[in-house]
Amino acid sequence: MVRIALLGNPNTGKSTLFNCLTGLRQKVGNYPGVTVQRKVGRMIYGKNIAEIIDLPGTYSLAADSPDERVVVDALLGEMETVERPDLVLFIADATNLQRNLFLAYQTAQLGIPMVVAVNHWDSARKKNIRIDIAGLKQALGVPVVPISAARAEGITELKEVVAAALVSKPHLIEAKWPESVEKALDAARAALPESVRGLASRAVLHRSVFDEDRSFFVRHGVSPQQASAAIDAGRQMLFKGGLNPGNAETVLLYREIKERIAPCIEIDTTRSSSGSESIDSILTHKVWGLFAFLGLMYVVFQSVYSWAGPFMDLIDAGKGMIQDQVGSWLVQWPMLQSLATDGIVEGVGAVFIFLPQILILFFFITLLEDTGYMARAAFLMDKLFSWCGLSGKSFVPLLSSYACAIPGVMATRTIQDPKARIITILLAPFMSCSARLPVYVLMIGAFIEPSYGAAVAGATLFAMHFVGLLVAMPFVYVANKYILKIPPQTFVLEMPSYQVPKVRDVLLRMYNQGKEFVKNAGTVIFAITIVIWALLYFPRSEEVAESVTADFAAAQASELGVEQAEALALLESDEELADALDRRIASAYVEQSYLGRIGKTVQPVFAWAGFDWKITVGVIASFPAREVIISTLGIIYSLGGDVDEESGDLRDVMANQKWQEGEKAGQPIFTIPVVSAIMVFFALCQQCGATVAVISQETSWRYGLFSFVFMTTLAWIAAIVVYQVGSLL
Amino acid sequence: MKTLNDLTQGQSARIACYMPKFSAARRLMELGLMPGTTVRFVKAAPLGDPIALEVDGRHLSLRREDAAKITVQAL
Repeated sequence: MVRIALLGNPNTGKSTLFNCLTGLRQKVGNYPGVTVQRKVGRMIYGKNIAEIIDLPGTYSLAADSPDERVVVDALLGEMETVERPDLVLFIADATNLQRNLFLAYQTAQLGIPMVVAVNHWDSARKKNIRIDIAGLKQALGVPVVPISAARAEGITELKEVVAAALVSKPHLIEAKWPESVEKALDAARAALPESVRGLASRAVLHRSVFDEDRSFFVRHGVSPQQASAAIDAGRQMLFKGGLNPGNAETVLLYREIKERIAPCIEIDTTRSSSGSESIDSILTHKVWGLFAFLGLMYVVFQSVYSWAGPFMDLIDAGKGMIQDQVGSWLVQWPMLQSLATDGIVEGVGAVFIFLPQILILFFFITLLEDTGYMARAAFLMDKLFSWCGLSGKSFVPLLSSYACAIPGVMATRTIQDPKARIITILLAPFMSCSARLPVYVLMIGAFIEPSYGAAVAGATLFAMHFVGLLVAMPFVYVANKYILKIPPQTFVLEMPSYQVPKVRDVLLRMYNQGKEFVKNAGTVIFAITIVIWALLYFPRSEEVAESVTADFAAAQASELGVEQAEALALLESDEELADALDRRIASAYVEQSYLGRIGKTVQPVFAWAGFDWKITVGVIASFPAREVIISTLGIIYSLGGDVDEESGDLRDVMANQKWQEGEKAGQPIFTIPVVSAIMVFFALCQQCGATVAVISQETSWRYGLFSFVFMTTLAWIAAIVVYQVGSLL
Repeated sequence: MKTLNDLTQGQSARIACYMPKFSAARRLMELGLMPGTTVRFVKAAPLGDPIALEVDGRHLSLRREDAAKITVQAL
């Protein structure tokens, strides 16, 4: 199949054109080894099919970021599993043609046939920009097609031209370089070991000498010293020729472009003020801009939070129905029944429950990006983040993490700088997500409110939402300054003209993100759920149930003053008693399970935070998903798994829990210091298998592991500090 | 010497040169901030930093510390 690479600057409507050409025939994934999104689709033209690779938007082939690296490597054919394209379909913005064509001229050196699509043709006309297409064709030496991707205008013609170009293979006329550049390339080539000299094309030498890019040489077995020597030789020669090696390519190319292209463009400058600027007079205004921003974020955040609610309830209810149904089919085989309902269906539910939030958040993110507002949001918020090495682009991912860290982590894809992105990803799970809320509500409702009243309870709930942020920010600052030592990044951002987003682009993005989440993170989340199920289910010996039944019957017998056999018969007939017995058996099974045993074994570690073994089991069981603590505590306290955070029974039972042995025997377990320690632990701990899975998917498993270990250790230390200090007061 | 950072709202200027050893110079030039180009200071962000500039009808945003490394001639 022929392969066409779609290339262009950011904000040129590249995704819209890609969607236009491929429709639903697209596949989204990652490039091998990097976290750059790889979009490939199929275009049908005439009776043929071509594969279209949507390369990340870039301004230049000088690779500073992983995105740009991918572009260069893909075009050079230097990437595993990605073949060199047969044609570059270059998309340029008609309203900014000269700057856009800079990248086209750089690409021309790679020797791949090219077709240029000039997009935003309609906006250019509105802005009184006239482009002489015939002249441009002549100047560039390749076919030029004016299009308007957003209105699907010119697409048919573009396809025809592409089809013809696949046969005729037109090449963009390369820029003429001064002699000193040619000499520099020769000098660099001469300094290379003989074995590589033949491999290094002029394009490769260009990139190496201009960008100090060693990657090609190193990949072909040249030692870093030799690579540096070759690059230095080339740059020295540039310097001798009176050129500044740092910007020679930029200056020379821009000069050429101006000479060749400027005659084809006619701009009527009488109309200076653009529509975008008048919108910006409000949206980036000193006062109104901030209000508008806060208002918009409120709407986004509220919608993710509340629109997702009914869908999540629906998924939950559907899960419950399937569990009941499947459970009734398998009632004969208790182990299979439990595996199917508490393991498999629960695991699938645990994956799909995140979908509503992911889809709604990406609905808004695509809207914010495609309208051009996202760049303004970064502009407004940058100052708040620059002190700790981040930029305004971190704001939206972090805010959405307050609803749920999963879509938040996925939203960091809008951050280009890889280090800033990783820090934002690691920071995201510290934001107080909605799954922490039930824990806070339970603890505050059961212990803070009865002791201190509603006002303090409300204030505590509010404060708990900032614990994670306040604890994590100093770490970000220190990590930035002393560990990662990120050199201050230049933050430069193009604020594109405002556009009306395309419905199809929004829907396709939601669909692709959702699919990717279910496929990648979903499998891990599912696996974790099964593992925890197994740890809670096994070993399951009949003896446990028998001994609990015997004890229960004996207790009933002595209470009612009857024979034990009679009490046993009563247990069979009285539904209420039978339920109570079932709950006790379930509780005993949890205590006997591997997880229960682990809880008892590690309890001493948590004793410094004032946790007993039951809280410890609850904490460990909630590592796949923190909200599980409520139902686990329900089971452990023999109330069944159906309790929720508002449940009065659960609150009463917890309030009545007393230490059975040791120096604190007889004293209540849940004191204010213990309750505070539990809440702080949940605020800081990485108790979310899904987040770890998504972090690993978006970065590498190392960062997933780091996040888990770091947050859990931090939570443990903080819980101890809170308990110990609280106990002194 | 005046820099981009010294401009006031609405003021235009021509880019003169970049301070030596400013590693991002190339990236900024690629975005259109070439020496000799006319830029207009559109506005500063509500919190004072970064700033928005207009170059060739495009709006770019950069931080003040970077803007202070680009010298300009007032028009």
